[in-house]
Amino acid sequence: MRHIISILMENESGALSRVAGLFSARGYNIESLTVAPTEDPTLSRLTLVTRGSDEVIEQITKQLNKLVDVVKLLDLTEHRHIEREMMMVKLKVQDGEQRAEVVRMTEIFRGHIIDVSATAYVVELTGDSPKLDAFIDAVRGFEVVEVVRSGVMGIARGDVALRL
Amino acid sequence: MQQETKTVELTGAEIFVRCLQEEGADLIFGYPGGSVLHIYDALYRQDKVKHILVRHEQGAVHAAEGFAKSTGKPGVVLVTSGPGATNAVTGIADAYMDSVPMVIFTGQVPTSLIGNDAFQEVDTVGITRPCVKHNFLVKDVKDLATTIKKAFYVATTGRPGPVVVDIPKDITAARFEFSYPKTIKMRSYNPTVKGHPGQIRKAVDLILSAKQPMLYTGGGVILGNAAKSLTELTRLLNYPITNTLMGLGGYPASDRQFLGMLGMHGTYEANMAMHHADVLIAIGARFDDRVTGNIEKFCPHARIVHVDVDPASISKNVKVDVPIVGQVDPVLKAMIKEIKAGEARPDQEALAKWWKQIDEWRAMDCLKYDKTSELIKPQHVLETLWRLTKGDAFVCSDVGQHQMWTAQFYGFDKPNRWINSGGLGTMGFGLPAAIGTQIAHPDETVVCVTGEASIQMCIQELSTALQYHLPIKVVALNNRYMGMVRQWQEFFYQGRYAMSYMDALPDFVQLAEAYGHVGMRIEQPGDVEGAIQEALKMKDRLVFMDFVTDQSENVYPMVPAGAGQNEMILL
Ligand SMILES: Cc1cc2nc3c(=O)[nH]c(=O)nc-3n(C[C@H](O)[C@H](O)[C@H](O)COP(=O)(O)OP(=O)(O)OC[C@H]3O[C@@H](n4cnc5c(N)ncnc54)[C@H](O)[C@@H]3O)c2cc1C
Ligand SMILES: Cc1ncc(C[n+]2csc(CCOP(=O)(O)OP(=O)(O)O)c2C)c(N)n1
Ligand SMILES: [Mg+2]
Repeated sequence: MRHIISILMENESGALSRVAGLFSARGYNIESLTVAPTEDPTLSRLTLVTRGSDEVIEQITKQLNKLVDVVKLLDLTEHRHIEREMMMVKLKVQDGEQRAEVVRMTEIFRGHIIDVSATAYVVELTGDSPKLDAFIDAVRGFEVVEVVRSGVMGIARGDVALRL
Repeated sequence: MQQETKTVELTGAEIFVRCLQEEGADLIFGYPGGSVLHIYDALYRQDKVKHILVRHEQGAVHAAEGFAKSTGKPGVVLVTSGPGATNAVTGIADAYMDSVPMVIFTGQVPTSLIGNDAFQEVDTVGITRPCVKHNFLVKDVKDLATTIKKAFYVATTGRPGPVVVDIPKDITAARFEFSYPKTIKMRSYNPTVKGHPGQIRKAVDLILSAKQPMLYTGGGVILGNAAKSLTELTRLLNYPITNTLMGLGGYPASDRQFLGMLGMHGTYEANMAMHHADVLIAIGARFDDRVTGNIEKFCPHARIVHVDVDPASISKNVKVDVPIVGQVDPVLKAMIKEIKAGEARPDQEALAKWWKQIDEWRAMDCLKYDKTSELIKPQHVLETLWRLTKGDAFVCSDVGQHQMWTAQFYGFDKPNRWINSGGLGTMGFGLPAAIGTQIAHPDETVVCVTGEASIQMCIQELSTALQYHLPIKVVALNNRYMGMVRQWQEFFYQGRYAMSYMDALPDFVQLAEAYGHVGMRIEQPGDVEGAIQEALKMKDRLVFMDFVTDQSENVYPMVPAGAGQNEMILL
């Protein structure tokens, strides 16, 4: 099953490579990984998406908890949660008709056009991963120049929280 | 003259030495080089911390492991950057696999040069990351003392393990006020000590309900200093007990309730009792594949209690029914208290039947060997060694058949006396480990059991042994083969002995003498006892006993890889 694991860890050089190294050393898979400092600059918050049987996920969370730099973690999949990913897509647009079509698509998906040039539009889109996938499918008719995705972030709903 | 203020400014190198003193780490093993010269200079200018100079950095780490395993105190190592650090890696990985508390200090190029491919630069923190409990790169002299404090704290608490502290050269020259923190708290590191009372109660209920119980205990009992409590619990229950290779000495081997080691080269009775147990009580053991054999076939009838300080050890390989996270000793003490306070007692009738069955398995005499042979049998050497040292020596082993025979034939009644490399299985471990052990126990008999192949992997440490007058007794079981490899080739590769014959061997007697020691060659079974006696009498000399043993001898029983525990090859 797919799991989203949120991790609070010491904001120290090397902490990220401990997490990444753990996954490669033990043969776990990482689908996506995002990391940035939190409002407390001594802490980073890392979100990773992985897949595995219940046994594998149990080992993953135990092994992560065992890393000395990991302060706390939460498997969001065990709670009601919100999941978001951001994407920027650069599309080649040749004529007015194509431009109008991209604008329409962007509206349908509640995205924004954030850059316009003579030959290309950049569309920004936020949502859960399937929504982003669906957008890419929807614009297949255009030439997709490049796609940048942030990887998944998540937060638990209600009172559940990952904090010190 | 300048007046001394309350807090003294010291160089990083001086701070380093003061930290070791404060930590009570008065013995370190190491080897100098450019990036640690300031530290060596600071060591030179004091006399509280003693430095043992080895001949190869791998030897330094194994020696520190021997020190740690035989005393329970953390082993401390100091090596230079680059090749010094890489040479230490095998030892660090070894300590990691066997959960040995260790702090390894590595020199590093100056901070301004890090990342420039500077002379003798390697990414030590990167290279060692997968084989340490934790590591640090010190980037500022003001962090040095706290980092060292953290390193010792992490290495020695929870599940012990090696911690590397990488110190750039400029940090050891920079100055800062010295103060060593008395205690340390880390928000990201809080190992559990006591077991959950509810789980302990559940465990006790299950344990007392058993008809065919089995205690399976490991290195955690030794590391957690819990042999006494384990013995008390085992006797209270009158249940059979087996130890892993790393757990030997956790329960007295000479006791009736002890079934010997289990696993690939465990006894018939221990493996059969595991296979037929209805309740398995696993304590400080990690269900290693050398123990379980084929996981699908492992303990098919048992409900399992598992006590371990590392939550990640629990249900990693085998799903357990009652997990208890905590230190072995307090958990065992709580169990004993719980049992004594309660009404329930083991089912004596069932237990009598179970013991009868076990005695039948025992009667197979699975460790038998040919005692009439004209050739020296390795088992005979070890039995004799055990008898002549009254089973009370510190025995440090290398890796191979000789290691297994030592585990089978040298019965340990006390913990911390059996020192070997189990998890990584590092040939070359034995001699340096014996050096660390002998230094820690100058008046005790320390034996290094080795093979003619293993000993050559760290043979240079014979020189260290001479320098520090270490009267180690080396028992080399010389079968002219990498015997363990040869055995697998005989069993599983139709006798195609690819590269396992040890050709061009040195004359070990002359070699020992060249290093300034006493050498003996023993070729007749009748000479074994006399030779060992003579060697033991030489209290102030290292004696290298080269026993020319039967080349064709194999270790039995053997659970072939992939087989179930009850599917043993017997002699
Ligand atoms: C050639 C060769 C053959 C081998 N054959 C065998 C064999 O036949 N049988 C065998 O048993 N082994 C054998 N081994 C060794 C094997 O590879 C493993 O090293 C060994 O089985 C592991 O022992 P253990 O389970 O006691 O774990 P250890 O590696 O000693 O681990 C200790 C466990 O206890 C926990 N622990 C540590 N401290 C505490 C504490 N204070 N409180 C609570 N828990 C704690 C740790 O978290 C860990 O889970 C062989 C090795 C070699 C090289
Ligand atoms: C560093 C290292 N290299 C290779 C091995 C694989 N190996 C395990 S046992 C063994 C043979 C050991 O031979 P010897 O020391 O003569 O002991 P014997 O088995 O003959 O008693 C080998 C090569 C190992 N364990 N360690
Ligand atoms: Mg050999």
